[in-house]
Amino acid sequence: MIIKQLSIFVENKAGRMAEVTQILASNNIDIRALSIADTTDYGILRLIVNNPQKALDALKTASITVTLTGVIAIAIPDHPGGLARAIKVLSDRQISIEYMYAFLNPNNATAFVILRVEDNEKALQALQDGNIRIMKESEIYEI
Amino acid sequence: MSKIAIWDRNAETMRRADIRALQLERLKHLVGYCINNVPFYYERLTKAGVTAEKIKTLSDVQYIPFTTKDDLRDHYPFGLFAVPMQKIARIHASSGTTGKPTVVGYTKNDLENWAQMVARITTAAGADDHTIVQIAFGYGMFTGALGLHYGLEKIGAAVVPCSSGNTEKQLMFMRDFKTNALVATPSYALYMAECAKESGYPMEQYHLRLGLLGSEGCTPEMRDRIEQGWGMFVTDNYGLSEVCGPGMSGECQLRCGLHINEDHFLCETINPQTLEVLPVGETGELVVTTLTKEAIPLLRYRTKDITKITEEPCACGRTTARMDKIKGRSDDMLKIRGVNVFPSQVESALVGMQKIGPHYQLIVRREGFADTLEVKVELVDGSVLEKFAELEAVQNEIKNRLRTVLGLSVKVTLAEPKSLERFTGKARRVIDLRNEH
Ligand SMILES: [Zn+2]
Repeated sequence: MIIKQLSIFVENKAGRMAEVTQILASNNIDIRALSIADTTDYGILRLIVNNPQKALDALKTASITVTLTGVIAIAIPDHPGGLARAIKVLSDRQISIEYMYAFLNPNNATAFVILRVEDNEKALQALQDGNIRIMKESEIYEI
Repeated sequence: MSKIAIWDRNAETMRRADIRALQLERLKHLVGYCINNVPFYYERLTKAGVTAEKIKTLSDVQYIPFTTKDDLRDHYPFGLFAVPMQKIARIHASSGTTGKPTVVGYTKNDLENWAQMVARITTAAGADDHTIVQIAFGYGMFTGALGLHYGLEKIGAAVVPCSSGNTEKQLMFMRDFKTNALVATPSYALYMAECAKESGYPMEQYHLRLGLLGSEGCTPEMRDRIEQGWGMFVTDNYGLSEVCGPGMSGECQLRCGLHINEDHFLCETINPQTLEVLPVGETGELVVTTLTKEAIPLLRYRTKDITKITEEPCACGRTTARMDKIKGRSDDMLKIRGVNVFPSQVESALVGMQKIGPHYQLIVRREGFADTLEVKVELVDGSVLEKFAELEAVQNEIKNRLRTVLGLSVKVTLAEPKSLERFTGKARRVIDLRNEH
């Protein structure tokens, strides 16, 4: 199951992050997970939201450079070694992870990990074979 | 391309040595003519110790002081005229955006020479007696419309003096007259093409095949759009009203520079800062001496336009020197670490890059003793956001393009869409922080 993620270009200047989140809030879009990677001049904000298409439209209307990409979300038990096992499943099949970020589900003791890989289908197969729980789109959006 | 026609084979295919000899002869005469007929030049040249006898070779032109637009303004309206009003056949003026307009006069001979020059450049561009040409430059005090008008009449073209504006009517005449050539500014030609598409008549009803565009700059990208919009071949021509108007130079159908009418104009390029004459082939400010003008001869007029001149013979058969399309204005030139940089060069390097928007900003700083140039562009393509490597690749591509064009290493900064300042009038794209303390 592939989840849609927003990648947003933001300049490193005061207030830009707030502006982006404000646009989402005023469109009734909830952020489920967030990660930011930055350099000295700019950053890329990655978001999982409850309504990616609506968020994309709203951001584009506001002239923000944004794109939607497919990522994989997995659930791992919140204890040591949980994540390591999932990564090993992928590396055993020579699937490299471009980036990943995790967040905790407040409702139970599981962590969700968002994985960005080159080939989603191949990675999904590997994770399935390795008995790693893959999250459905609806599960993520409804956290 | 049709076969190459040359209007004045004698003047346009002269041997280089003969062109130079003719220019030298005319320059000597001109210096004496100016001293004898224009008090301003009498004073200037006497002070500089220049006489006709002292001009032995063409390179001696460098001892003659420059003439500037301010000189023309300071002698408004007729102070630089070399003939009495009985000899003046026409007067034009260019609008001054600041201060007084610059006024130029023409004798009968000047008008005849001018029409001949326009006949040459329009023939070179591909016009002839089958041409039905609509002139969509504004008639009036500007030199553009009437200059092309009389030259095109001379080659036997049917001239339609539409002037500018009233686009619907222009388009109607175009369809009904089967107009096949257009004189206009590039921006008006483009606007007309858009109107033609929207007006509902099929484009087959228009017969334009040649555009003689001028009076403002035109990037290759804009030229392509005009050509696609009209399905016509677009040529560029050049001429300042101060030195005569359109017709000083124009592109032949090979479009590899604008052939200069060298029997009437002596052209040099100079370094606009040091004012030294540059070797042929080096880019600098164009300086023009009018070799045959009777009414208002100008010695070494500083055009402020940046170009370079080549004397290589052209495949069209003409031997006249060619100047590049105007690269920019010397007023806009930046000097960074000893390298001349024009905003238009940056623009040309960025044209066609899909991932960024068309707006840019240049920021010049002094860090320690070195100048740095930062180019800010707007990132519009979200598809590169997946990997930092791809974003960096965009930055590096821009950097490499700019290094090729400018010969300078620059810092490239990606900005958000619509974050750079927009301009409705003349764009101010340069922020020079070097003189701030
Ligand atoms: Zn040629």
